[in-house]
Amino acid sequence: MNKQVLRWLMPVMTGVGMIGLWYAVHMSLGEERRFLVPAPTEVFRAFHDKGPALWGAALSTAEGAFFGFASAVALSFLMALFLSLSPLIRASFYPYLMILQMTPIIVMAPILVLWVGPGLMSVTVITFLICFFPMVVNTTQGLISTDRNLVDFFKMCRATTRQEIFLLRVPAALPYFFTGLRIAATLAPIGAIVGDFYAGNSGGGQGGLGFLTIIYSSQFQMGALFATAVVACLLGFVFVAGVIALSWLALHKWHDSFSQTDS
Amino acid sequence: MPNSSPIVEFTDVEKRYGEGPLILDRISFGAQRGDFVSLIGPSGCGKSTILRLISGLNPLSAGRIDVDGMKPENAAEELSFVFQEPTLLPWLTAVRNVEIPMRLRGAGPAKRGEIARRSLALVGLADRENYYPRQLSGGQKMRVSIARALSSSPRILLLDEPFGALDEMTRDHLNEELLAIRQQQAWTAFFVTHSVAEAVFLSNRILVLSANPGRIHSEVRVELPYPRTEETRLSNTYQHLVAEVSRLLRSVERLRP
Repeated sequence: MNKQVLRWLMPVMTGVGMIGLWYAVHMSLGEERRFLVPAPTEVFRAFHDKGPALWGAALSTAEGAFFGFASAVALSFLMALFLSLSPLIRASFYPYLMILQMTPIIVMAPILVLWVGPGLMSVTVITFLICFFPMVVNTTQGLISTDRNLVDFFKMCRATTRQEIFLLRVPAALPYFFTGLRIAATLAPIGAIVGDFYAGNSGGGQGGLGFLTIIYSSQFQMGALFATAVVACLLGFVFVAGVIALSWLALHKWHDSFSQTDS
Repeated sequence: MPNSSPIVEFTDVEKRYGEGPLILDRISFGAQRGDFVSLIGPSGCGKSTILRLISGLNPLSAGRIDVDGMKPENAAEELSFVFQEPTLLPWLTAVRNVEIPMRLRGAGPAKRGEIARRSLALVGLADRENYYPRQLSGGQKMRVSIARALSSSPRILLLDEPFGALDEMTRDHLNEELLAIRQQQAWTAFFVTHSVAEAVFLSNRILVLSANPGRIHSEVRVELPYPRTEETRLSNTYQHLVAEVSRLLRSVERLRP
């Protein structure tokens, strides 16, 4: 068989196999426990029945995820610029950034809800917190890893500090920046769902996916819970795909990670 | 111009980095306008350091350097540097890379674009102006780097082993091209190399340095007329000089502790 065809066919076969396995597990359970692993058909039915609620919740979560993600990108960039100025600055701030990162978001979430109030605002802040650290670390690393010779070259041309930062260090840091962006993109929907798990329902508007999770689990609606998981997963894909598209736009012409002659 | 004042003059120059060992010890020499001076010697003899001192990138520890009557740090406009690596910005096309020094000095886009294209044409890359560095071969990248150095019409060109990483054929070609360009532009060159053949082919003066600390061991004058071509490499004088400089280099190597 043609290699190209095989490359497409194998993942599809794997998927079919996994659904088959899923069915087998479902059937193997006794009648009264079968609801714990709903059949794929039940998940599809849940999509049909709860469609509007699911997509509405997805949009609401996406909104918080997007604002949190976007503000993390913007502020982490400024923070990274600041941190890149000197090793002393980095030494003074890194430990506290680590503490922020090490504190589980599950513990911080209720505190933040009390601080900023429920609804979109706290969802945004929680998403921000989970995205901020990987972005700062990667972008800073990029800003301080500029090729020594290029820095010397700029010095020889008597470039100003501003020129050195914006014409040299920032563009050179882009590949690192996008690495951070990819990590943050996978985290943003998770942060937003954790956020509205705690705070999304009481903001007056519609709850997000986290809120649906609470409702469906309290009612043992297993099909609907699985459907919620699928939607959350799709939301993650949308974020990651968006970032991959952005990084392609920014890097494909010159960076080796998008080399046409990939060997 | 035998009696005009030197364009670059070293007087008892010493250099050490921080508290480290002495890198250069009482270096004195003068280069006349239009000289092509090669610096050759064992690794650690401080030949690259000499270029960095002329460029004003690093301060000297003692002595004095005059660059066209100025201190090195004030002579930036007179100088261009070609590094060991092409040192191009990978996110810019060839022509944008060549523009960088002019851009940093605030030249307008139209003017610098025109000069950059002319400079690229000079190194034979007019048809590659919109290529990114990764689309160019090693030799082509080095050509872009040279075009960038020439774009600011320097009076002094500092070249730190620019062709060291290239294969011999490409290196010979680039040596010839460099001399051809020099026929049209009167810059003074300081050229660091490990290759005796390259030093003899390019220079009118060769400074042989010894290491630990770096000192000028001897100077060889290359009395071969310019323009030099492939034929030059076949001449007896050339062969004889290569043998002589090689012998000097070997004797310097023997001096090492």
